[in-house]
Amino acid sequence: MTMASFVWPAWAHGAITIVGLAAAIVAVLAPEIFMTHGALIGTWRDGRLPAAVAATAFYAWRPGVLGPLLAGLAVYMPLHVGFGW
Amino acid sequence: MHLRDLTRDRHFRHGASDMLAFGPGLAAWGLVTGVAMTQSGLGVGLSILMSLTVYAGSAQLASLPLLASGAPMWVIWASAFCVNLRFVIFSSQWRVHLGHLPRRRRLVLGYLLADLNLVVFQKAWPDRAAHQTGQARYAAGGAAAVWTVWQVSSLAGILLSSLVPLSWGLGFAGTLSMLGIAYALLTDRVAWVAAVVSAAAAVAAFALPLKLNILVAIAAAVAASLVMAKADHRAERGA
Repeated sequence: MTMASFVWPAWAHGAITIVGLAAAIVAVLAPEIFMTHGALIGTWRDGRLPAAVAATAFYAWRPGVLGPLLAGLAVYMPLHVGFGW
Repeated sequence: MHLRDLTRDRHFRHGASDMLAFGPGLAAWGLVTGVAMTQSGLGVGLSILMSLTVYAGSAQLASLPLLASGAPMWVIWASAFCVNLRFVIFSSQWRVHLGHLPRRRRLVLGYLLADLNLVVFQKAWPDRAAHQTGQARYAAGGAAAVWTVWQVSSLAGILLSSLVPLSWGLGFAGTLSMLGIAYALLTDRVAWVAAVVSAAAAVAAFALPLKLNILVAIAAAVAASLVMAKADHRAERGA
């Protein structure tokens, strides 16, 4: 079997393609949400956590990109700007 | 095929319209990437240059903290390279449908084709093992649509972000927009497990240099999902 003729078996396609992309996105996101300066979040007084929850909840209600983004920002910005979370 | 004739081709148009269904999500992502670039200190001119030449959303976002902290050039290059390694896997899938094209066309398409293009392409052409006529034009249409939406929205983000104060923390919007895209991709149990594995691995391996934690996380997630998918496959065949 040469490089030119290699084809992934059918059952593996979902794993490689969609998971590959989802895993890449999650791998970039997780440190952005759960870490501060290279360490796991030390306090729950961090605007990112409720913002991520709000975005997730909105997504569960209305799937999409814009809705969860705005919902998350609506929670994050007052907390971040107002309370320094 | 001349570009003008290409835009009239029905496969090209089909490919473009299929991708435009994701237009709003892509535009939101491009917009916040544009905002994040300028808010991290890149400045309008450099951000536009980065958007037009690099054209790789997650690599752009991942390299911003490295650029801001003045990391050495080779570290930035290596990190971006690692973040983009998944395209080698995607490329092996594209090869079936586009491998016959002349090299220059493959280079152009390879540069333009984003993650989303492959996902949508495979939905439209379910036969993963064979090449059929019209596929290259379909892929080109999809590539043109995504590139246009992305660049326009990124430019808007770059220009508009100078109107937004840094203290608002709008850079976090880049992260939030990717949440929506991630959730849209997690359509079954295998994908969810893979996502959890990826998140845990990315955080656990964060201390690795060159953003290698991303590569480790992807490898762990893909390995976990391959194991699960194979087990499901065996169970289905057995039952």
